[in-house]
Order: sequence, then structure tokens, then C-alpha cells
Amino acid sequence: MEMKERLKIPRQKMPEQTPQDRVKNFKEVPFGLTPELAQKEALRCLQCKKAVCVDGCPVEINIPEFIRLIAEGDFGAAARELKKNNSLPAICGRVCPQEDQCEKVCTLAKKFDPVAIGNLERFAADWEREQGKVEIPEGAPPTGKKVAIVGSGPAGLTLAGDLIKLGHQVTIFEALHKTGGVLVYGIPEFRLPKTIVQSEVDYLEKLGVEIKTSFVIGMLWSIDELFKEGYHAVFIGTGAGLPNFMRIPGENLNGIYSANEYLTRSNLMKAYDFPNYDTPIHSGKNVVVLGGGNTAMDSVRTALRLGADNAYIMYRRSRKEMPARLDEIHHAEQEGVQFHFLTTPIKYNGDNNGWVTSMECLKMELGEPDASGRRRPVPIEGSNFVMEVDTVVVAIGNSSNPLVPQTTPGLEVNKWGNIIADPETGRTSREGVWAGGDIVTGGATVILAAGAGKKAAKDIHRYLQNL
Amino acid sequence: MNEILELTRLAPEINLLKLKVPLITKKAKAGQFVVLRINEEGERIPMSITDLDPETGVLTIIFQEVGKSTAHLATLKRGDRLADVVGPLGVPTHIEKFGTCVCVGGGIGIAPIHFVTKALKQAGNKVISIIGARSKNLLILEEEMKNLSDELMISTDDGSYGHKGFVTDLLTQLLSSQKEEVKFIMAIGPVIMMKAVCGVTGPRGINTVVSLNPVMVDGTGMCGACRVTVGGKTKFACVDGPDFDGLQVDFDELIKRQAMYQKQEKLAMQRFEKMCGAQTEGGVS
Repeated sequence: MEMKERLKIPRQKMPEQTPQDRVKNFKEVPFGLTPELAQKEALRCLQCKKAVCVDGCPVEINIPEFIRLIAEGDFGAAARELKKNNSLPAICGRVCPQEDQCEKVCTLAKKFDPVAIGNLERFAADWEREQGKVEIPEGAPPTGKKVAIVGSGPAGLTLAGDLIKLGHQVTIFEALHKTGGVLVYGIPEFRLPKTIVQSEVDYLEKLGVEIKTSFVIGMLWSIDELFKEGYHAVFIGTGAGLPNFMRIPGENLNGIYSANEYLTRSNLMKAYDFPNYDTPIHSGKNVVVLGGGNTAMDSVRTALRLGADNAYIMYRRSRKEMPARLDEIHHAEQEGVQFHFLTTPIKYNGDNNGWVTSMECLKMELGEPDASGRRRPVPIEGSNFVMEVDTVVVAIGNSSNPLVPQTTPGLEVNKWGNIIADPETGRTSREGVWAGGDIVTGGATVILAAGAGKKAAKDIHRYLQNL
Repeated sequence: MNEILELTRLAPEINLLKLKVPLITKKAKAGQFVVLRINEEGERIPMSITDLDPETGVLTIIFQEVGKSTAHLATLKRGDRLADVVGPLGVPTHIEKFGTCVCVGGGIGIAPIHFVTKALKQAGNKVISIIGARSKNLLILEEEMKNLSDELMISTDDGSYGHKGFVTDLLTQLLSSQKEEVKFIMAIGPVIMMKAVCGVTGPRGINTVVSLNPVMVDGTGMCGACRVTVGGKTKFACVDGPDFDGLQVDFDELIKRQAMYQKQEKLAMQRFEKMCGAQTEGGVS
């Protein structure tokens, strides 16, 4: 097809549930592209010689190539191309911040809408799974080397896939009762169906990965004990598992949750289906979620689905600085989420039974840029106002979980408790111990964690070969 | 794994559960807890450890039926398997040779105090134990506590056995008699009891540790459901505790936080009772 004709094709919209329908259920919002829509979208790709999109991808997927294969109708080959660099394409196609990565630098984006790379990635991966065409590659001959992976989130799952294919024996230790880490406890069903995570986990098990759930490394066994048990290398991918609070008066009143708790109750424990499931959740009528990231959007949209009359996002900076994916912000707006920008709570008030009833807030204005390059929010004196609330979800990020560092002598951490690891290899200060994902970087994205798993896999493989 | 070896009733609504969990029994220490899940629909239930045997891999838990999940647990049988048992969790009780110690256990709190008493004795302490319950038929582990302790005092609220009144009455008597210098007090029981104990020991400046049982979900620090205020600071009971300096704990906040899901708990219980009732009727016909 001629360039001119390609340029005429508009960005294809992915069909999705209407906002009115979807706020009443927890089912996934988009239905996915049809093969026709996908092929049409794929034709928009200009197949640039210098593919800047690849530079924009943290795991350097050969984007023009997989899109070309979709355009040709060879969807299975497209999925295989994706999997060369990304073990979790069905997941990343849904949760990657594409507008800040591949799609941001897409050549088309200069004049038109960028190619919907994320939607195409998702399409190819879904197609392969739905056709039952996921191939189990023939494994390399066993090396006799054992690797322990602590945590079954995106970093651990990626690493497990890469190392088992190289012939190493791999065991994943997961503290919770379900495999997937943040993909199962954090990200809601309406954004990432759990069957998709499960199929990735099933695939790894078919490859021979051993998974031990309800096994807390740092409590039941230490890292040193893993070596005693015969593991030759250990990867720590325990995530950002210690929620931050604002440390303002009244924060321990009933009805105030961390996003981790709110989402874990709803997603992992299925509290949205209480009492069919035993775990309860407080489904308030006036819910305020603090924060502007994906976790905040997930929480506020969960609140709507749990029956909130008013679901608010309160963010101390302006819309422009919100770190959430554009799609999530759009979806939240469509669903009726109300936004309070440049606002921060300073105090909660409660009733005699210890339940939160209102919050006192301050308006902010943006001052000089801070260390992150974003303009620092500064409180406006005398701008205090009070807002009635019955549920608050604090989604302002996580600190690192202390269980593994505390019990691992010689493992260096920074002043925030994050494990110090080489960004290129994942190597830590301990021989034979690697780390990656949020436990190293602090709260980041699924794809960065997966990328860290990928890099560590290469280095661990090198290390094991020389043992 | 996770097999129920024994499940017997000790007293009305109080049950003894023995589980085969060899890895956990090799590691767990006094003061730690485990989290159980009965089945796929189940919630994560934190449970104090009463005792364990690393040789046989048997973990003993004593639990009270306080809601749907524990009522359901009580209906299980020997040979059944729980969906999950995860642990040990929490920081073990700090045990050293203090000298004379007092262990105060109230109601179901006698179960975990049993394990602490054992550890304190093993460390060479003299242990005076005070245990109490609402009524004689609810008093558990009397024999075991008598065997472990150098001295055992008992109270019941209704006077059906031992001193009529509260464990704090006996504690006050003991401390006032000044027979010997008490170096360390561990108190486990209803929040209101632990608060009262600290009301007795605080003015006397005696090192008093309590074990807190707030609502929890994951039990590994990930969710913050279990936050408690200690010395004006927020702590997570699952990873910073469950033991805390009792003289610093905001017990009133804890009481309110424990009641957070009262409504839902009631609903779940009614529904469970209905289901059990329906099953029994089905059995009769």
C-alpha cells in the first residue's frame, strides 16, 4: 500500500463496554480489536527504516516487524515475534504506558495519531491464546543448575520463562496464595482479566517452572537457606510491598485504606463478590482516592463498581503531572470520576465509633520544579475547606517491604530500603543474588519490572555457565 | 501439607486444631502467627500459635468461633486440608532471662500466652501466670499452664472458679504484695483486658508487652490493614509486631478498628447459619 493511502487510515478504535454498562460490572472494559480492525491498524505503520519506537520500548520489541506480520494476517508469527523480547505481551499490551514509550516517539505521532502499538500487541497475544496456539518450545538440555525466584510478579515471571528455556531448574516462591504478584492483587479484573495472568502462569508451569505459593522468603526460609537448599542463584523480585501513608491526623480512622489493601480485598480476595467470598470491603458512598497514578485510577474505578455515589480523585498537582496512563484517566472520566486537582488533605475527622466522616483539605499551586522535574505543589494559605467522605483510599505509592533485606546479611539497600542492584545486570552486593522490579526501583511499571527480569536472566545464565 | 490432624472442642465455641505443617514448625517461635485460608472463597485468617513440635511437624492452634470463617473452620474434620497455611509471620516475642516474669492470659489469649510462657521458662525465668475467663467452662489450658508456670493464679468473671473478678485484680494483688521484683509482664487477651493490665503496670513502670490482633489481610506488610498507633506512631502489627510495648499502645483506636467489619461479619454469619441449618434439615428428610 502506498504511503499516502496508509496515512489516510485513521487510528482504529478498540470496541469497549459503554461507561454506563461497565460501572456496574468488573468485566474488562475493552473488547479488543477484531482481526479486521487489527489489520487495518497495522497498515498504518510506516515501517520506518530507523524504528524509533523500538528505542522507546523498555524491552526493545521489534515493533515494525510484529506489526508487519499482523498486517499480513500472520497473527501467530506476530505473537512469536513479540515473545522474543517480551514474555508477557497480553499483559503489557494492556498495562504498559505506551503513550510515554513506543507510541510517544512513533513517527506518525508528529502529524497524526500514533500507531496503536499497545492495542496491536494485545491483539496478537490474545489471538494466539484464544486459538490455543501457544507453542511449548522444546527446552534446552538440563544444566543441573537451580534458580530460586522470590516473588511471582512481572519481574519473576519473565525471569522464570527465560531461565527455564535455557535448561535451568526454576522455583518461584510467592508469599500470597496466588501467583502473579501485582498482576493479581493490584490490577483490577476490568483492566487485566485474571484468566490472562493465569494462562501466563500455566504456560510457565508447562515449561517446568515450579511454583510454591504461601511461602514467605524472609520468614519461612532466608536467602541463605535457599543456597543451603541447593539453589545456585537467587533473584529477588518482591515488589514495592509496604504502602505509604501521609502521616496526617486521623489517618487510622475506619474507612481509610491503603490502595494496596483496597485493591487486594477487591481483586485478590474478591470482596466485590461478598458474601459469596468471605472477605468484606467497605463500599462507601463518598469515596476519595488520593494520588494520580494508575493505582489511584484502579482504586477510584473500583469504588464506582462497588457502588459509590461520588468517587473522587484528589491529586496535589495538576492534570498534566498525573502519572497514570491516558487510557485510565479517560476511562475514569467517562465513568463519572470527579477530579480535585491541586488539592491535598491535611486532617481527617471521625465520629464516635472511629469512622471517618470528613476531611480537611488545602488548595495548592504549582511552584518551582522539584527533583523529579515536575513543578512542586505549594499550599495556598487560608484555602482550607472540608469535604464529607466515608471512604478514603491512599494511593501515594509504596516503600520497600523489609522482610527480605532484614534477613539477608550483606544485601545492600539504599536509604529508602530499596535493594541496590546494577541496572544492567540486576546484580546485588551479595554473590549469587540478583534483584529487579519495584524492590529496586521503587513503584514503577510492569514493563520495567519485566525488563529487569529479562536483563537479570541473561546475567544469571552467564553466571551459572561459569559455576 | 496443611492437613488437619485433630480438631476438637475444648469449651463452648473454643476449638483445638492440630495441623501438619513441617516447614513452619521448624521455624516458628513464640509470639508469631500463621495465616490460614479454608478454601477458594475463604478469607485470610490470622491465628496465634499455641504450641508446636518441630520433630513431628505438628502445629497447635486454639481458636474461638467469632464469625463465619472460624465457625466454618470448626466444622472441618480430621483429614481435611486447608487451602493455605502461611507462616511463620510477625516478629517473635523477645525472650531473655529477665528474672521473675508474669504472664497474663485472658480468654482465648491463654492459647498464645501458653507458648510465651514455655519460651520464658526455657530461658530460665521464674514465671507466675495469671489466667482468666468469663466462666469456668470457658477456661482453657489450666493443666498445661499449671505445669509450665512456677505459680498459677486463676480468675473468672462470674466467680464460678478461682478468684471472682478479673485477671487485673490478681495482678494488682501480686504487684502490691511486693513479694519479689517483677521484671517483665506479657499480657495477651481481649484488648480491653490488655488495656487494663497496662493500667496496672504503667504507673509501676514495669516492662509490659502485649500481643495485638487487629484486622489483617496479607500478614506480610503489604496492605496496612493492621495499622496500630504505638507511641504516637503508626505501626503495622504484622511486620512490626504483633508484640508491642503495651504502655505505648493506643488501645481505644484498636478497639474501634477491630469493629470495622461488624456489619458484614454479622451478615456473613447469618448466611452461614442459614446454610448449615438447610443442610441439617436436608439430612433429616
